[in-house]
Amino acid sequence: MSARLEEFSDMEFDVLKEISNIGAGNATTAISTMLGIKVDMKVPVIKFLEFKELAESIGGAENIVTGILFGLEMDIDGMMMFVMDCRSAQKMVASILHTEEAEGAEFSEMGVSVLQELGNIIAGSYLSAISSLTHLSIAPTVPYLSVDMAGAILSVPAIQFGTVSDRALLIRSEFGEEGTNVDGYFILVPTLEAFEKIFTSLGLSN
Amino acid sequence: MGNMVKVGMADMNICKAPDAITTLGLGSCIGVVLYDARTKICGMVHVMLPDSTAIKMNDNPAKFADTGIRDLLAMLAKEGVAKASLKAKMAGGAQMFAVKSDNEMLRVGQRNAEAVRKVLASYGIKLLAEDCGANYGRTIEFYPETQELYIKSIGKELKII
Repeated sequence: MSARLEEFSDMEFDVLKEISNIGAGNATTAISTMLGIKVDMKVPVIKFLEFKELAESIGGAENIVTGILFGLEMDIDGMMMFVMDCRSAQKMVASILHTEEAEGAEFSEMGVSVLQELGNIIAGSYLSAISSLTHLSIAPTVPYLSVDMAGAILSVPAIQFGTVSDRALLIRSEFGEEGTNVDGYFILVPTLEAFEKIFTSLGLSN
Repeated sequence: MGNMVKVGMADMNICKAPDAITTLGLGSCIGVVLYDARTKICGMVHVMLPDSTAIKMNDNPAKFADTGIRDLLAMLAKEGVAKASLKAKMAGGAQMFAVKSDNEMLRVGQRNAEAVRKVLASYGIKLLAEDCGANYGRTIEFYPETQELYIKSIGKELKII
């Protein structure tokens, strides 16, 4: 495996794509079960983006989004982020609490708890899928929530990438439900060592 | 009104009045503005990390406080702006997530701000105003005509420094 993210082979890309597909698929099923609605997931897109393109790729730097951040611990170091636009987040909160859907970027205390719990379930199911595939132990930290401009939220994983690369690897798994239009993205940010462990565990090491 | 020059993440640019320069959605990153009040030329760099010497992967100078400010000074020098006539303003360096962790990567906002102050001091450039820290994102616009830095955040009043 190469020492730079920029030099990943096509094979390594395919593996990352498949891993995120399985992780996001598992998470989508969890969301679907929780909300009692059918949620579809699109095929994940893996992109190497320059830092200045990162925020544009999810709707612009000033687009207000809900970010739920987890640290990754045990065999894999890094972070994982689940990003939703505010309207989708409000929709999910309302559908779980059986309340009226609120507008804008303000969430009640209860709403924040719901989103964090949602994040827990999503991260847990995403990571357990990757864990069983790779036989690596991966545990998320408690979730942290922030509602702000996409650029500001994404600066956190971008900076983590900045230490090992001049570009960020965005693994974007969009999920949504026709009719309600809940859209979200998973961003997985393993460290370079963690990538190496994933590839090794799958027999891809050279 | 002039044009608005955009600076992306880990990016830099310069402009001259009546144009203005902006960077959108600063989180833990810092937007550093260097300007010359007489010629009304200014430059902005959007730095992500404090120190290029601490990181192996440093092909993009605009990513770091030390090399970013160094290269921005060079860009301004090409326009005939002397270092001695420059003043600085900055904003950003937030901690976006209230993480209770000793992971220094997550406190990078604070470290970025400290690094910028130190680098500016090393060049003898006066930092006249700053709006750093806290836990929210900032969009900034600098108008070299008036030397004002506009700071916009979600759910907050416009701040001018």
